[in-house]
Amino acid sequence: MSVFIWLNDQLLKMVWLSNLVESFLILVGIDIETRFGASLNFFIYDVIKIFILLSVLIYTISYIQSYFPPERTRQILGKHKGIVARLFAALLGTVTPFCSCSSIPLFIGFTNAGLPIGVTFSFLISSPLVDLASVILLASIFNWTVALAYVVVGILLAVIGGTLISWLKMEKYVEGFVYDNPMVTLETEEMTRKDRMAFAKEQVIFIVNKVWIYVLIGVGIGAAIHNYIPESWISAVLGIDKWYSVPLATLVGVPMYADIFGTLPIASALVDKGVGLGTALAFMMAVTTLSLPSIILLKNVVKTKLLILFVAYCTFGIMLIGFMFNILMG
Amino acid sequence: MIIRILGPGCPNCKKLEVNARDAVKQLGLGVDFVKVTDFKEIASYGIMRTPGLVFDEKVVSFGKVTDTTTIVELLKTYINERRV
Repeated sequence: MSVFIWLNDQLLKMVWLSNLVESFLILVGIDIETRFGASLNFFIYDVIKIFILLSVLIYTISYIQSYFPPERTRQILGKHKGIVARLFAALLGTVTPFCSCSSIPLFIGFTNAGLPIGVTFSFLISSPLVDLASVILLASIFNWTVALAYVVVGILLAVIGGTLISWLKMEKYVEGFVYDNPMVTLETEEMTRKDRMAFAKEQVIFIVNKVWIYVLIGVGIGAAIHNYIPESWISAVLGIDKWYSVPLATLVGVPMYADIFGTLPIASALVDKGVGLGTALAFMMAVTTLSLPSIILLKNVVKTKLLILFVAYCTFGIMLIGFMFNILMG
Repeated sequence: MIIRILGPGCPNCKKLEVNARDAVKQLGLGVDFVKVTDFKEIASYGIMRTPGLVFDEKVVSFGKVTDTTTIVELLKTYINERRV
């Protein structure tokens, strides 16, 4: 067990890096006991840690993901029915490469192939929410219990959401043109190991390029929360004893477009300042699952009624998860 | 000949267009470029991952930024096939 703890501390929490940054700051004459020094320490350590983890994780995970292109996912999902199909959709959502600019072609491709809309929505909820990289980052910043709990509730949220949409027979609220496309099945070329490695490398460059700014902003805000904002202010608004902390965190998070890698440092700083874990998780889930740009994109393919149902369901579902975590862990 | 770049305008689509233009320049072809950003139209080509690269009506690559060398090869093959 102690070997595992040591590996966890060194590889995931990167205790060595923390020591290194501290020694470096002391060497250049910055007192890390001061407010500024402590913020700087936290900022440098967190930024380096997130970028190292991000690069290693994205590489490994993209390599795995190259085995699950959406074409294959669509084929697998077509073989199952009902709740099993929705569960598979939620699970495959975690390993299928996903980029928000591809969500609409994917929605059309799935629906067009005859997949029930509930299955597609299960996929669309879980795909941005439960991402393999984010789970490992959660384990690094919090711990494995939190990371696993996050996966379980994320998958549940996706499966129940798809089931609800299927029960309510929302098919008629999908724009007509989605069904009208000729069904084209393109051959997916077999990838060699070299192709997969090239794909993984491309993904690392692409994702780091896309998220670095969110990481810097996120860690910056996290560092500020850590050292400059008095705990009493934060607990007055977001404290675990305030019933409205969860809805507030969720509603602030919903329209925001940011990456989970940028949101995590903020969530972790909030928890350190006495904010309930449920409140912090609700904020993170709201930011990743829903955003104004993604809602506007989705409006292209679904009618208002289904769009409202989707947004409302995710919002309330996330709030419920937040409350549950606060009660269970508080 | 028409080359279509399918994608809503994300950075990857722009990079693909640059590569495709380079490839065309290398081969000295006279080609019209069309950017397809409408989701309806993108979907009609059957792709689920953007960006997509289409020669006339034929999808030659999708879901990745194909590099210039590969596009040159794809163009050569396509032109040869058309001649036959």
